[in-house]
Amino acid sequence: MMDRNASRGPASPPKPPLRTTRPSVMQRAAAERAQTTIGRRRLVNVVMVGVTFGAAILATLPLIFILGHLIAAGASSINLDFFTQIPKPPGEAGGGMANAIVGSLVLILAASAFGLPIGIGAGLYLAENRGTHLANAVRFLSDVLNGLPSIVMGIFAWQFLVKPMGKFTALAGGIALGAMMIPLVTRTTEEMIRIVPVSLREAALALGYSRWRTSLVVVLRTALPGIVTGALVAVSRIAGETAPLLFTVLGNQFWSASLRGPIAALPLQIFNFAISPYDQQHSLAWAGALVLIGIVLIISLAARFATRSRFGLGGD
Amino acid sequence: MSDAARPVVTTRPDNTGLGARIEGSAIGDSIYRWMTTAFALGIPVLLLFIAIEIGAAAWPALKAFGFGFLTSSEWDPPHNIFGAAPAIYGTIVSSFIALVIATPLALGVAIFLSEFAPSWLRQPVAFLVDLLAAIPSVVYGLWGIFVLQPLLRAHVMPLLSAIPLIGRTPLFEGPAYGPSMLSAGLILAIMVLPFISAVSREVLMAVPRSQREAALALGATKWEMIADAVVPYARSGIIGGIILGLGRALGETMAVTMLIGNVHKISASLYAPGYTMASLIANEFAEATGDLHLSALMAVGAVLFVVTLIVNALARWLVWRVSREGQS
Repeated sequence: MMDRNASRGPASPPKPPLRTTRPSVMQRAAAERAQTTIGRRRLVNVVMVGVTFGAAILATLPLIFILGHLIAAGASSINLDFFTQIPKPPGEAGGGMANAIVGSLVLILAASAFGLPIGIGAGLYLAENRGTHLANAVRFLSDVLNGLPSIVMGIFAWQFLVKPMGKFTALAGGIALGAMMIPLVTRTTEEMIRIVPVSLREAALALGYSRWRTSLVVVLRTALPGIVTGALVAVSRIAGETAPLLFTVLGNQFWSASLRGPIAALPLQIFNFAISPYDQQHSLAWAGALVLIGIVLIISLAARFATRSRFGLGGD
Repeated sequence: MSDAARPVVTTRPDNTGLGARIEGSAIGDSIYRWMTTAFALGIPVLLLFIAIEIGAAAWPALKAFGFGFLTSSEWDPPHNIFGAAPAIYGTIVSSFIALVIATPLALGVAIFLSEFAPSWLRQPVAFLVDLLAAIPSVVYGLWGIFVLQPLLRAHVMPLLSAIPLIGRTPLFEGPAYGPSMLSAGLILAIMVLPFISAVSREVLMAVPRSQREAALALGATKWEMIADAVVPYARSGIIGGIILGLGRALGETMAVTMLIGNVHKISASLYAPGYTMASLIANEFAEATGDLHLSALMAVGAVLFVVTLIVNALARWLVWRVSREGQS
């Protein structure tokens, strides 16, 4: 109908009656329905605002419950002993997790020493070779590695490091954790380097800087706050990991800071105490969890401030 | 710095010096290129290593039991008989429970934050939800054992069983002990919620303004705009986020190990204890009784590796598709 009218074009002016009489019944009905439904549509709108707001409240509740209970159950067991003593034998009162805190710090340092150079180097490569097949493949595989379950990383480290060496070592745990840091560090490094203005790079090259010095001294230096943020986020993610440590560092009841032997770790100690039958160890587990959360939160907050302090890079 | 700048500012460049410098920087450049390439290649090499090491270690068990490893539910270390079906079933069911609970919530949060929330509320709520992802798995487990499970046993499970019709189904049958599929699924729901909501929020915010304005111009209310224009546009990205959450749930270890009860049995009831692939490895690896037992656990790890690899690749592809459309 419409087409035929249109094809006739301006030669014969379209006849208005055809258009005014025909749709009237349906349109009036539709208009009436619209009148009655507009109220309902507005109501649905308001209800859905409420529903999504409720979802937001509900989603934050577990966090509040967990943090609240952690503080209630853990704060009473946090004292000087907790930070200076090693665990007492089961059933005995007192004792702390000092060796586990030290062990976790050692593991974090070892993981960073392994994961940061590879992650930052790979990020530099991805940012400077965008669009190449290798860069796309590496970026995709880095995402795949990011989704790898930590327990799989744990049994890999056992098979690859613990089994050939014949003993559980902090080194194996550090490498497992470091490998888990790589994808996150790679991704943030790439993103941070991408937002460094090209003009900065060109200016350095125009001044006679070689490419490698431009990349390392000018570009990397400029992106540094963002990269530090990425590194801190990665550290905060692995600081609480337990699964990769089960079969690599094993845990240790005593003082040890050596990379070549079993070492205690805070998450591991929490796990062992949580599943033990002793109340005394349960309350130590709560205190340990509170300290662990505290460490993770401090690192995460530090990451936020490291980004904010300069340029306003970052930003999700 | 000054020596690099010198040849540029001198009016009569010292040709030999400049040549030497360029040559020197060429060497530096190629070293730099090789170094970054090597680091970048480290990622594929690492993945390949993981695949080879775990595959090789899993081979004896896979060869001994073949396809039956995935379908048999007999797990008998003393007699060297291994079938991973209960763990696979438990992994699927617990992840499914997690997604069923977490997806609507996460979508609600994402829609609220990207569409409805006033800007002063957006940042703090987003921060709180994201913070859920920062809580270590073992802390979730601890909270699950001492707070969530008693709560479920005392209040939630009797309530579920009291619902007419639904409460009579085999799903809610049997005694309500603490360790159960239900508690594991619930803790997983809390744990994957921030992942789904973060990705959904991102893709919702990537929906172009023109889509929203077009819907509003047609007389849609704000909710109709979201339901009919914004969400359909972001659909594959949201699905990607859900699948990403699934990947997290499938591989989650510590909290599940502490809550699921660790029993090699397939039960219809959500109150019954079970096993997941990750918790099976975490629980038995250190005390594996023999080479075949160890190899069977490695095979479970290999299955988990392959499944999460596929799931994550799919999720990434879906999210990437939306963000690419949003850019063009």
